[in-house]
Amino acid sequence: MTKGRIQKLKKRVRRMSPGDWIFEIVNYTLLILLVVVTLYPMVNTLAVSLNDATDSLRGGIYLWPRKWTFENYKFVFQEANIINAAFISVLRTVIGTVLTVFCSAMVAYTISRPEYVLRRFVTVVFILTMYFNGGLIPTYLLMRNLGLIGTFGVYIWPNIIGVFNLIVIRTFIENLPSSLMESAKIDGAGEFRTFFNIVLPLCTPVLATVALFTGVWQWNSWFDVFLYNSSKGHLSTLQYELQKVLAFSNASIQRIDFQAAAAQGGFQKVTPYAIRATMMIVVSVPVIIVYPFLQKYFVKGMLVGGVKE
Amino acid sequence: MDNNLTLTKVPVAVKQKPKGIKRFFKLLVQQRALVLMSVPFVIWLFIFKYLPIWGWTIAFQDYKPGRSFWEQQWVGFEHFKFLFGNDRFLLVLRNTIVMSLINLVLGFTTAITLALLLNEVRNLTFKRVVQTISYMPHFLSWVVAAGIIQTTLALDGIVNDLLMRLGLIKEEILFMGKGEWFWGIYGASIVWKDVGWNTIVYLAAIAVIDPGLYEAAEIDGAGRFRKMWHVTLPGIRNVIIVLLIMNIGYLLESGFEPQYLLGNGMNIDYSENLDIFVLNYGIKQYNYSLSVAASIFKTVVSFVLIFAANNIAKRLGEVRLY
Repeated sequence: MTKGRIQKLKKRVRRMSPGDWIFEIVNYTLLILLVVVTLYPMVNTLAVSLNDATDSLRGGIYLWPRKWTFENYKFVFQEANIINAAFISVLRTVIGTVLTVFCSAMVAYTISRPEYVLRRFVTVVFILTMYFNGGLIPTYLLMRNLGLIGTFGVYIWPNIIGVFNLIVIRTFIENLPSSLMESAKIDGAGEFRTFFNIVLPLCTPVLATVALFTGVWQWNSWFDVFLYNSSKGHLSTLQYELQKVLAFSNASIQRIDFQAAAAQGGFQKVTPYAIRATMMIVVSVPVIIVYPFLQKYFVKGMLVGGVKE
Repeated sequence: MDNNLTLTKVPVAVKQKPKGIKRFFKLLVQQRALVLMSVPFVIWLFIFKYLPIWGWTIAFQDYKPGRSFWEQQWVGFEHFKFLFGNDRFLLVLRNTIVMSLINLVLGFTTAITLALLLNEVRNLTFKRVVQTISYMPHFLSWVVAAGIIQTTLALDGIVNDLLMRLGLIKEEILFMGKGEWFWGIYGASIVWKDVGWNTIVYLAAIAVIDPGLYEAAEIDGAGRFRKMWHVTLPGIRNVIIVLLIMNIGYLLESGFEPQYLLGNGMNIDYSENLDIFVLNYGIKQYNYSLSVAASIFKTVVSFVLIFAANNIAKRLGEVRLY
């Protein structure tokens, strides 16, 4: 901070009226309250996940574990179902994201070319799908007829292009200096060349946004697992496993059999309550780590397509 | 002679450009690279997004799985008639619209308020930290969010704990068991999850307000609140109006995950919305026809609403959707 700025600040502070002071205090209090309400549940969950499971049942765990332990994490990472689910989650996130980003960018490029004859047609057929959808049962029957039920493909194929992504990327390409693409053409580069060597590298900011949104969406999805693959244990994902743990109290299907685990002797120390907290942390940590780094990109990306979320 | 004539004619013809289908196909061949890059995805789109519309025929049949299309019995609008005479459906419709309105009103007021508050923060580091943290819940899955909400509102959760300590209640409240409280819990949940995220658009709109307006207001003796009321809010009025209209278009889309994940036997009369109704009839009870009828109703109403909303928004000239 320069000297000039400090003086300016001092001047402003002196100039502030009592009303301003009250506002300032109320404002900061409200915002800090928001931060606390946002963070507390996550910190509390983290504390419970690091606390001895039977001890947690006594209650009174707030921000810090009372009896530190990594048993909960050990249990979670030794559970074969969960390891497999984590693998499927990562796989669908990586494949789904790469494919979506690539395909959306490619179509976006074509509909950003003013000379393209099918430009209006392609744009309209994609945009129209924002206004309607076939609905649950017709989509389900389609997946069945395509033979996608009970396969990994059901996580990927229906989602390779999102219309929102398409609009965001197209708008971004349209705002690029067209001289770059023209000079590439003059140098004899074909459409594919221009797309791969010129457009894709220039689109990094918007592609990062789309990748983040798609990645988070893929990572957080559980409903398609439940709908299409609930009988295929090996295709389950972390979110779906967590959802089943959460539904445990309602006594539905349960994959992690705590009673059986306890009977084997090794895991008496684990309770559904602790497992639930641990899995919530495991599932959220990757997302929480990634999004702050992409903040400056997605804030811009949101604005380009800001009208429809 | 003849040769000469055709030679001179051809370039002229090219200059005038052949019209209609011929020109279209010529361009198509010329732009085959672009065609190759987009048409496969159009085919994909037709299969995955347009083909399911065919399934809407199920709503007009007495659909029996296993029979072919031609063997199904057609019943016309019977299922729709049944729906609108069905108390459960009307209840579900009520829940959908109420929760949608809660989402709309609460979502807008909290996000605009937060944006205004953030805008008044002079300490940029503090502002940035608050913003980053406020975006976090948006990135968490609804499964995790539902887990958090259930833990927070449990009998031994922090809310009961605080209320007991403050002496506001005599014994713990089973929040998730009180059906009539579900809408409130739903409202609080969506605000918790998305209030920070929804400020992005407003903060951007605030950022482009002409600073001269603030200076002028200051010279006129306007304090903080006057500036907020007379400069900032009018400055983002258009964005607010457009977003409001767009959101009204999604009146029947009150979301699925929060209601499904937070719903239970005790609050089902308040938590069940159209999407859950469709799921229950379709997947759990195998009544495909009724389920499809309900989702057609939803899609058609949504289509009309979104289309109208988009057109109004476009006429206001503030957005460019496509």
